[in-house]
Amino acid sequence: MRYLLPAALILALGAGFAQSQGGSDKPAPVKARQGIMQNYAFSIGTLGGMAKGEVEYDAQAAQAAADRLVALSSLPQTGYWPEGTSSDDLEGVKALPAIWENMDDFTSGFDTLNEAAMAMADVASDGQQAVAGQMQPLGKSCGACHEDYQMSDD
Amino acid sequence: MRLFGLALAALAAAGALAGWWITAPRPVDAAGLTGDADRGAALFTLAGCASCHIAPDADETDPPVLSGGQAFETEFGTLYAPNISPGPEGTGGWSTNDVVAALASGVGRGGYHIYPALPYTSYENAELQDLSDIAAHLETLPVSDTPSRPNELSFPFNIRRTLGVWKRLYAGRGWVLTDPASPEIERGRYLAEALVHCGQCHTPRTALGGMDRSAWLQGAPNPSGKGKIPGIAPNQLDWSDTDVAAYLKTGLTPEYDSAGGKMAAVVRNLSTLPDGDIDAIVAYLREIPDAEQ
Repeated sequence: MRYLLPAALILALGAGFAQSQGGSDKPAPVKARQGIMQNYAFSIGTLGGMAKGEVEYDAQAAQAAADRLVALSSLPQTGYWPEGTSSDDLEGVKALPAIWENMDDFTSGFDTLNEAAMAMADVASDGQQAVAGQMQPLGKSCGACHEDYQMSDD
Repeated sequence: MRLFGLALAALAAAGALAGWWITAPRPVDAAGLTGDADRGAALFTLAGCASCHIAPDADETDPPVLSGGQAFETEFGTLYAPNISPGPEGTGGWSTNDVVAALASGVGRGGYHIYPALPYTSYENAELQDLSDIAAHLETLPVSDTPSRPNELSFPFNIRRTLGVWKRLYAGRGWVLTDPASPEIERGRYLAEALVHCGQCHTPRTALGGMDRSAWLQGAPNPSGKGKIPGIAPNQLDWSDTDVAAYLKTGLTPEYDSAGGKMAAVVRNLSTLPDGDIDAIVAYLREIPDAEQ
């Protein structure tokens, strides 16, 4: 009995967590790659907030966000993109089938992102203006891939 | 009775003549203008010419190769962007005036109607000098030998002359925002309504495929099939001015997702603009009519 309550709580929390993810039924590679995309957005958001002047510039936070982008964009893509996980196959997926028709071009996009992330990491500690100046190439490296490979969802 | 027949024939002939007159191509005349190719480079980018005229699935190179071939599915059939590179298969031999007439009046060299997939209902509001500069820049781009692919349109839309009627309905309409309240808004209007031709995607179309100007920039189905082009009228776009400007410059939304599809190419083109012009577009967007709720 003593252990029953915590166990039930963990179960309930677990169920709630799965629900909040909106798709406990998604294949593991999809969940993994979407998590990474959210981490990109989180890190770019830190930098973007400072660039826009919405958040006060903080050299340490900016550097951490940029370093994280470098790390995330260095991850091997192998395994994240199995066949049958496109927007045609699954709900809640925006990865267009074009990815699987042009896998080499698609994965080379992460090298472009990695270069933009490194350029940001080089200057992230140098002040708000330096960060703001790198937002455009960074954003463009996102757009370069999303143009061809992400479903527009508006 | 014979007289009646004659009268009828005369009437039919008059009708045909009137129809022929009504549907006749009427190109603007930019003769006497000389284009500046260097100045035209930036305008060419803003007008987004390469986004549609590079080969399907090709990446935009610098300078772009405008070999054409991208398909545009419409309710009337499929249009293919033509080769507009400055060679025999494209616009080689076109004068500056010919190119300006195509951009501003939708009339091709020799006097035929061009299908409005070419956004001349927007470009027609551009300064003829700017269009002449674009024409001059076009001449400096690499030649492609790829032949243009014929359109695949259903009857009667495959008859170019029908566009004469279409143009009477949808071309030559002028500005949507008729009295800009400041020079900045006027500049934003010039960019958004003319060169950048935002309305061509963000404004819904009528049954005949013209822009429904009563619902200006209020969103439309995505011609690619899936999803919707968002409405960006003031009451539809609840982002801050800073967020809209940042989006137009970086493609990043306030949630730090990134613009996809054709908008990614638009952002790439807009990123060449100075900040003042981006702010002008934002100021313009705040002035257009709200969408009906």
